[in-house]
Amino acid sequence: MSILVDETTRVVVQGLGRAGLFHAEQCIRFGANIVAGVHPGRGGSEALGFPVFDTMREAVAEARPDASLAFVPAAGAADAVLEAIEAELALVACITEGIPARDMVRVADALRCSSTRLIGPNCPGVISPGKCKLGIMPGHIHKPGSVGVVSRSGTLTYEAVGQLSSLGIGQSTCIGIGGDPVIGTNFIDVLEMFNEDPETTGIIMIGEIGGTAEEQAAEFVKGRVKKPIVGFIAGATAPPGRRMGHAGAIISGGKGTAAEKQAAMEAAGIAVAPTPADLGSTLAALM
Amino acid sequence: MKLHEYQAKEVLRAYGVPTPRGFMAKTVAEARSAAEDLGGKVVVKAQIHAGGRGKGGGVKLAHSVDEAERHAAAILGMTLVTHQTGPQGRLVQRLLVEEQLPIEREIYLGITLDRVLSKPVFMASAQGGVEIEEVAARDPSAILREVIHGAELRGYQARRLAFALDIAPDARASAVQAMQALAKAYDESDASLVEINPFVLTTDGRAVALDAKMDIDDNALFRHPDLAELRDLDEEEPLETDAIDHGLNYIKLDGNVGCMVNGAGLAMATMDIIQYAGGMPANFLDVGGGANKDQIKNGFRIILSDPNVKAIMINIFGGILKVDVLAEGIVAAAQELKIGVPMVLRLEGTNVEKGREILADSGLDFIVASNMKEAAQKAVARAG
Repeated sequence: MSILVDETTRVVVQGLGRAGLFHAEQCIRFGANIVAGVHPGRGGSEALGFPVFDTMREAVAEARPDASLAFVPAAGAADAVLEAIEAELALVACITEGIPARDMVRVADALRCSSTRLIGPNCPGVISPGKCKLGIMPGHIHKPGSVGVVSRSGTLTYEAVGQLSSLGIGQSTCIGIGGDPVIGTNFIDVLEMFNEDPETTGIIMIGEIGGTAEEQAAEFVKGRVKKPIVGFIAGATAPPGRRMGHAGAIISGGKGTAAEKQAAMEAAGIAVAPTPADLGSTLAALM
Repeated sequence: MKLHEYQAKEVLRAYGVPTPRGFMAKTVAEARSAAEDLGGKVVVKAQIHAGGRGKGGGVKLAHSVDEAERHAAAILGMTLVTHQTGPQGRLVQRLLVEEQLPIEREIYLGITLDRVLSKPVFMASAQGGVEIEEVAARDPSAILREVIHGAELRGYQARRLAFALDIAPDARASAVQAMQALAKAYDESDASLVEINPFVLTTDGRAVALDAKMDIDDNALFRHPDLAELRDLDEEEPLETDAIDHGLNYIKLDGNVGCMVNGAGLAMATMDIIQYAGGMPANFLDVGGGANKDQIKNGFRIILSDPNVKAIMINIFGGILKVDVLAEGIVAAAQELKIGVPMVLRLEGTNVEKGREILADSGLDFIVASNMKEAAQKAVARAG
């Protein structure tokens, strides 16, 4: 089994620009069932064999998608997510980078009164290898299996997956939750789903400096998650007060340091990998 | 993007937050004329993007126009060192000359995003005028919090704060109005932080923002051309500005191993593993997901403009960024820039085979590593 997406997931792609089309094609190659696209002004046309609609409402009426993959540019991305929430899609993965935080605060408000789950924004999306790729991760590095991977960083997710696959360890589902201050799905949400998924037998969780999401996740894990977990925190050597790329990755007021997060993980029984090159081997040793 | 105090006050004033009368000055003559307009009894404040200016000698009270002029002459052009500037300090190129106020009480007000709630939070403390982090560490209960739902701080929330802060009845209404105006300014300006420390109550019953700190969300500047214009390039590290102009994210650090990486998380992890291998990273550099040849070249140029760099580690896990495109960029840059330091490459991901071929066929001398640990060890060894 897997979480969030599988072979039955019906995907709609929002935003069919250059990136949207390139990645839609890659998703189809790695097993996504794309049933529609939404691109205002291109309704009535076809792309890569699926019908394109002007609005999400039409796409839902005609093609019955249940998950969206959004590539809409930053200025209109929150609006696109709100449109997907209104259409009651079960899942939205928003890849877009650089969405104003204020727009995401409005989206977070809308999510609270809806049944939609948002992954991201500013993330690689989610993949259940061999079943469905709803994101921009390189499909070929994945291998179907039973390890769940969750990370705030896109390329570090690939790093973990690459290490696992080269050790012959497959993945149930891999999720990049995004590096922005306001995100739809956090570590705890994903850990809870992995914990309840009978076929996920081990977990890799990759955090980074800034905020307190990793500490809260560690607190959640304590006593509740019995599956082996390997953790890593990127940014142990980052100087305080400097934003390390991701809007959320900043040590401020002495809070959000890697040392605090690693200590919280260890206290919760999470095996902290000594370096980012040891993610796969640390998990292999536990399983 | 950070605003200067005088810029933040201009923004806040437009929303109805009371501020002292004052003028920005770039020369001593301008400062003198400002002091004359304000009646001589003024405060002269250095305008730099860092806190702690008073302790560093960047804020002086003057009792006459002549004294204001002397202070302006001393502060303009000085290198101000505060706990936020680092030991190298900041050159003062602008002043704010303001009227003095009869201060009765100092309060702290601040608004920022609470990442756990995904909502802005309005903070207030009766212990204003001091470092708020110290107050928070010593006595967290001294900081009052009101969560902002929707976009506005509601009247009852502002009143609740005013009563909790024990603001005297004659100043209460104006304090409530100022707090609500502050929240509106935060929301409509797409701010990521607003801090008024201190927010003062005067002996004549007024509530005034005596200081102002405001950061604007970079991602929202596209819809605030008026705020984007307030950017002060003198306050930024030139190499970091250069990087931003080329769509790169660069932060200069103190080591000698230059790094070029795609993705912020992997870039941080690369810095970590360099240190684990016994070296020190010279920079953080995220070339992003859509890097083209030109960006790669500019990335190398920026890394190499730091004379401390003795080796470069390139760590790419191509997802959106295709490895062959990156390899072409590396080869072009190496030829054009005549890169003289050893380059250690670790490439993985989309089109990696094609990328490796391009590097092998280039005839250039790259050191290839099969994983990031090996790459870090080789780069550190070469950097010495």
